[in-house]
Amino acid sequence: MSARAPRRSVRVRRARSAVMVGLTVAAAVLATLPLIFILALLIKQGASSLNWAFFTGMPKPVGETGGGMANAMAGTAMLIGIAAAIGLPVGIGAGLYLAEHRNGRLAWVVRFLSDVLNGLPSIVVGIFAWQFLVRPVKQFSALAGGIALAVMMIPLVTRATEEMIKLVPDSLREAALALGYPRWRTSLTVVLRTALPGIVTGALVAIARIAGETAPLLFTAFGNQFWSTSLTQPISALPLQIFSYAISPYEEWHSLAWAGALVLLALVLVISLIARFVTRSRFGHGHD
Amino acid sequence: MADPSATPDFFLRTLLASPSLHGASIGDRIYRVTTTAFALSIPLLLVLLAIEVMVAAWPALRQFHFGFVTSTEWNVVDGVFGAAPAIYGTIVSSVLALLIATPLAIGVAIFLAEFAPPWLRQPVAFLVDLLAAIPSVVYGLWGVFVLVPFLREKLMPFIADRLHLGDTPLFSGPAYGPSMLAAGLILAIMVLPYISSVTREVLMAVPRSQREAALALGATRWEMIWGAVLPYASSGVMGGIILGLGRALGETMAVTMVIGNRHEISASLFSPGYTMASQIANEFAEATNDLHLSALMAVGAVLLFITLLVNMLARWLVWRVQRQERA
Repeated sequence: MSARAPRRSVRVRRARSAVMVGLTVAAAVLATLPLIFILALLIKQGASSLNWAFFTGMPKPVGETGGGMANAMAGTAMLIGIAAAIGLPVGIGAGLYLAEHRNGRLAWVVRFLSDVLNGLPSIVVGIFAWQFLVRPVKQFSALAGGIALAVMMIPLVTRATEEMIKLVPDSLREAALALGYPRWRTSLTVVLRTALPGIVTGALVAIARIAGETAPLLFTAFGNQFWSTSLTQPISALPLQIFSYAISPYEEWHSLAWAGALVLLALVLVISLIARFVTRSRFGHGHD
Repeated sequence: MADPSATPDFFLRTLLASPSLHGASIGDRIYRVTTTAFALSIPLLLVLLAIEVMVAAWPALRQFHFGFVTSTEWNVVDGVFGAAPAIYGTIVSSVLALLIATPLAIGVAIFLAEFAPPWLRQPVAFLVDLLAAIPSVVYGLWGVFVLVPFLREKLMPFIADRLHLGDTPLFSGPAYGPSMLAAGLILAIMVLPYISSVTREVLMAVPRSQREAALALGATRWEMIWGAVLPYASSGVMGGIILGLGRALGETMAVTMVIGNRHEISASLFSPGYTMASQIANEFAEATNDLHLSALMAVGAVLLFITLLVNMLARWLVWRVQRQERA
C-alpha cells in the first residue's frame, strides 16, 4: 500500500496538470471566439449594405432608402488630421525629452502623468474639451473634436517615441557627437532618424486607436448631417454616425450602421497592419 | 542670432540661462527648450483638465456635498442630483467584467507564454490583441443587435428557469435584455486583451531558472506554473487586472448602448442600470439647466478621481515588478 500511494498521487498530479493545461487551451479558444463572431457578423451584415453610394452619398432623411456616409468619412479624416497635427509634434517632442533625460526628476513625473493621461476615460476628455473649447464660444466644432482626440493621442505617441529612441544604441549618438555634431543635430538627424520607423509605427497605432473613438466627439465635433470641412462648424465622424444610426429605431439606418462599422473596422485594421509592416521591414530580422 | 534675453517669457529665460546649458550653442538651447516645453505640456494638460472639470462641477458639489455620491435621487425637474446609482452601476459592471475576464485572460496568457507551440503563439496573440483594436462603438452595435437579444431570449430564461435561479436576488426580475449583465459581459470582452497582454509580458519576464528549478524538483507543468511562475509574477498580474479595471470603469459607448440607462440601484443583474460614463454620454447633450450640467460634470469629476486612483495603483504595481527585475 505504501508502495502504491505515491505512484497514484503522481498519476493524480499529472492528470490535474493535464486538465489545467487543457483549461488554458480552452481559455484561448474562448477568448478568440467573440472576435471571430464579431468579425463574421460585421462582414455579413456590413457587406450587404455596402455599395458605391455608401462612399459617395450623403445621409438621407428617415423614410428614404439608400444614402451614404461620405460626410462622416471626410469628417473622420479631418479630425484625425487635426489630432495628428497637434498630437504628433507634442508627443514626439515629449518622447525625445523622456529618452534623453532617462532618470531626471521631471522625466519621471512626465512619464508617470503621461501614463495617467493615457488611462483617463475618453468621456472625461470629452467633457473637458467641451468645457474648455466649446462652452466659451457656444459652438461645437471640428477643431474642438480634433483637439480632444489629440489629448488622447499625445500620451500614446510620447511613450512610443521614448521606447523607440531608447533602442537606438548610444554608440551612434556618441559617434555623431565625436564628429562635432551639435546635440540638437545629433538628436534630430541621427537618433530620431534611426528610430523613425518605430516612431511611425507608434504614430499609426495611436491614429488607429483614436480613429474609432466616439465619446470624446459627442460634445465637441457633435456630428453633422451635411457636408462640412469647416474647422469652426460641427462635423460628422464615422463612429458618431454609427452610434446615432445604431440607437435609432429604423431598420434602414441599422444596416447603414453595420456598413459604417465594417468600414471603420477595416480602416482601423489597415492602419494597424501598416504599422506592423513598417517596423517589420526595418527591425524584422533578428527577434520576434 | 536671436538674443535669449529678448524673450519676454520668464520661464524661457531661466531655462535658457540654466547652468547646464552654459556654453551650449543656440541650436542646442532652442532644441532643449522646445523638447522641455513639449514634455511639460503633459503635466500642464492634466492639471488644466482636472481644473476645468472641477470648476464646472463645483456648483453641484457645493450644493449637494457628500449627498451627491450617497443619494439615489436624480430629478432634473426638481433640481435634486445624487449619483449613487451611477457609481454603483460603474463599480458593479466593472467588477462583473473582471470576474469573467480575469480567469480567461490569465488562462490565455499562460497558454501563450508557456504551452503554445511557437507557430500558434503569434497568431493567437495577434487575435487576442485585435480585441483591443475594435472600436467601442462597434462593440456597442454588436451588443445591441446580438448580445442583448441573445440574453433576452436564451441566456436569461436559461438562468432563471432551467437553473431555477430566478428567485435569487441576483437573477430576479423580468428579462428585458439591456441590463447590468449585458454591460458586464461586453466589458469583459473589452478588457480581456489588456489583462492578458500585461500578464503575458510579466510571465515572459519570469526567469527560466525559476521554471527549471521547479521542474527539477519533480513538479508537473501545472505545479511549476502555480508554484514557481505565478507567485513570481503575481504583482505584475495584479497590475494588469487593475489596468483592466481602469479601462472598464471609464468605458462609455458600448456600455451606454447595452446597459439600459436606468437611474436605479437594483441587486439583480437582469435589471437595467447606469454607469457614470453612460450617464454623461446620455444626458449631457440634453442638459438644459446649469445645475443639471454641473451635476453631470460632477459625475465626470468623480469618475476622473476614481480612475486616477486606480491607474496610479496599477502603474505602481507594474513599476514595482520592473524594478524587481532590474535588481
